[in-house]
Amino acid sequence: MSETLNRESLLEAYRTMRTIREFEERVHNDFATGEIPGFVHLYAGEEASATGVCMHLTGDDYIASTHRGHGHCIAKGVDPVGMMAEIWGKATGTCKGKGGSMHIADLAVGMLGANGIVGGGGPLICGTTLAAKIRGDRTVGVCFFGDGASNQGTIFEAMNLATVWNLPAIFVAENNGYAETTSSTWSVACDNIADRASAFGMPGVIVDGFDFFAVHEAAGEAIRRARDGGGPTLIEMKLSRYYGHFEGDQQTYRADGEVQKLRETKDCLLQFRKRVTANGEITGEQLDAIDAEVGALIDGSVAKAKADPKPSAADLMTDVYVSY
Amino acid sequence: MARKITYQQAINEALDQEMARDQTVIVMGEDNAGGAGSPGEEDAWGGVLGVTKGLFHKHPGRVLDTPISESGFIGAAVGAACNGMRPVAELMFVDFMGVCFDQIFNQAAKFKYMFGGKAETPVVIRTMYGAGFRAAAQHSQCLYNLFTHIPGLKVVVPSNPYDAKGLLIQSIRDNDPVIFMEHKVLYTMEGEVPEELYTVPFGEAAVVREGDDVTIVAIGRMVGFAQEAAASLQKKGIHCEIIDPRTTSPLDEDTILESVENTGRLVVVDEANPRCSMAADIAGLVAQKAFAALKAPIEQVTAPHVPVPFSDALEDLYIPNAAAIEAAVTRVKEYR
Repeated sequence: MSETLNRESLLEAYRTMRTIREFEERVHNDFATGEIPGFVHLYAGEEASATGVCMHLTGDDYIASTHRGHGHCIAKGVDPVGMMAEIWGKATGTCKGKGGSMHIADLAVGMLGANGIVGGGGPLICGTTLAAKIRGDRTVGVCFFGDGASNQGTIFEAMNLATVWNLPAIFVAENNGYAETTSSTWSVACDNIADRASAFGMPGVIVDGFDFFAVHEAAGEAIRRARDGGGPTLIEMKLSRYYGHFEGDQQTYRADGEVQKLRETKDCLLQFRKRVTANGEITGEQLDAIDAEVGALIDGSVAKAKADPKPSAADLMTDVYVSY
Repeated sequence: MARKITYQQAINEALDQEMARDQTVIVMGEDNAGGAGSPGEEDAWGGVLGVTKGLFHKHPGRVLDTPISESGFIGAAVGAACNGMRPVAELMFVDFMGVCFDQIFNQAAKFKYMFGGKAETPVVIRTMYGAGFRAAAQHSQCLYNLFTHIPGLKVVVPSNPYDAKGLLIQSIRDNDPVIFMEHKVLYTMEGEVPEELYTVPFGEAAVVREGDDVTIVAIGRMVGFAQEAAASLQKKGIHCEIIDPRTTSPLDEDTILESVENTGRLVVVDEANPRCSMAADIAGLVAQKAFAALKAPIEQVTAPHVPVPFSDALEDLYIPNAAAIEAAVTRVKEYR
């Protein structure tokens, strides 16, 4: 176990992963009733990745996220209550109901946005980290992207630029096995996304993305190196999503029992609980208590989201420009 | 007599003075210094036509060469703008927007709105446009109309050195993303430009010439052609009012409408292709909002609906010119 993880950190990690899971399960259920508008892409199953990476970040570090961004938001410190209202299209949402699930952002905590464009975040993180490098403020930036985005030119350009400019950037490829329906074993021409790192002159690391501790350790090393001026790293998280590409996806392209097996054998929360309770450092009761608190938090966020007002007609025309 | 410098020098001076005034202003683009990592001179080019020449040594660490990765570095400018900088990125030719448009219109333009007003993206994208260099179809387009279509972007099209400097300084200080369009043929144009810092506000058209017979709205390089046509028409007793919008977004609708209310006749001159163009946009605006004042159909003088050709024989036919403007003005003046 990494020495930086004291009991408090472990409880924090569990709370973050549990919050993401609870949030996503609830959105999944509420979407099925038809009450949530638009496209929603759930992060359930991938919680260890966002959590293990973002625990190394401060509010001044930036992350860029993806269409599957709820987990990154929560791990980076965006308020789940505002997020839930945003997903419900309410005026009290993180983005006043103007962004929705795919565009939740909160620059005040260094969250540069979920992104509806696959691969859109790579160049942006080159920019936040360029600013950091010019200022010399030792902050870093993390670009989360999926296996689909790993084939986008923007990601190639961003990784090349990050090395050319020696930026404090970390590229986290969350390979959940499918770009929409298309298997990454088919769409990615090499064996591993991380294999591409050498082409861009940076270290490439493959991590079991279900294993919080493995994620935390690999991310810690890459982020420390970046802060110290050592340049970018590509980390590939091998993981899976528990739900479809978007809610409503029947997932007929997946193997029978695939998700069930992962839930039973690989699940990040189960693995985490087993590991931290085995040595007695943390009790099952402590984790149960967190489960209850998180459940109440998400219950409250849904109740509030349902009750909150939608944006008013006047809100349509505001926030386009600072001045015009 | 006031000092005269070129359009290109005016742009360089605006960058230089703003970089000296504000340490968060950074400049990046392909060969913006020129020679990064090469064995020879480090400020070899100063941009492909030398517009940023000299800034590299004056502002150490803030003039960055980039790989030929427009999505990468335009997006990086957008990201840096979200993190406290005021980047001025150079998209060498506007035609190259085809490989980086996502970062401009889906990212920079929409952050403020999508994020509920909480993001500011004070990025400037300088880009070279226009025909006349025998540079053919992929290095000669206008395309400012495409940017103008996108809510969240501001679009600046200076027609002379004075406006180039004042509008660029305004662009750098502005807190919204700005597309700054530089006509490559105008780089050598000379004009009076104050040495001190000044701004030209957005959304305020210039009335370049006053007249009561026909309103000409002309954009960028076309302003000069309109002046040429108006001087010739003056001798024939036709008095043109020439309006240079200076920015297509925001567009100074009032100045255009007030002029047409007075003249009753409109010719719009736009170097871009005609469909979904600024010419069509301004014609539509006037047809809707000043219909009662119109005494003649609105004329649009534009390039034809073809790519920009290479051969001088064809390119000269492609580009709208003073004779075409004069003919259009004469038609609307003689209507009925």
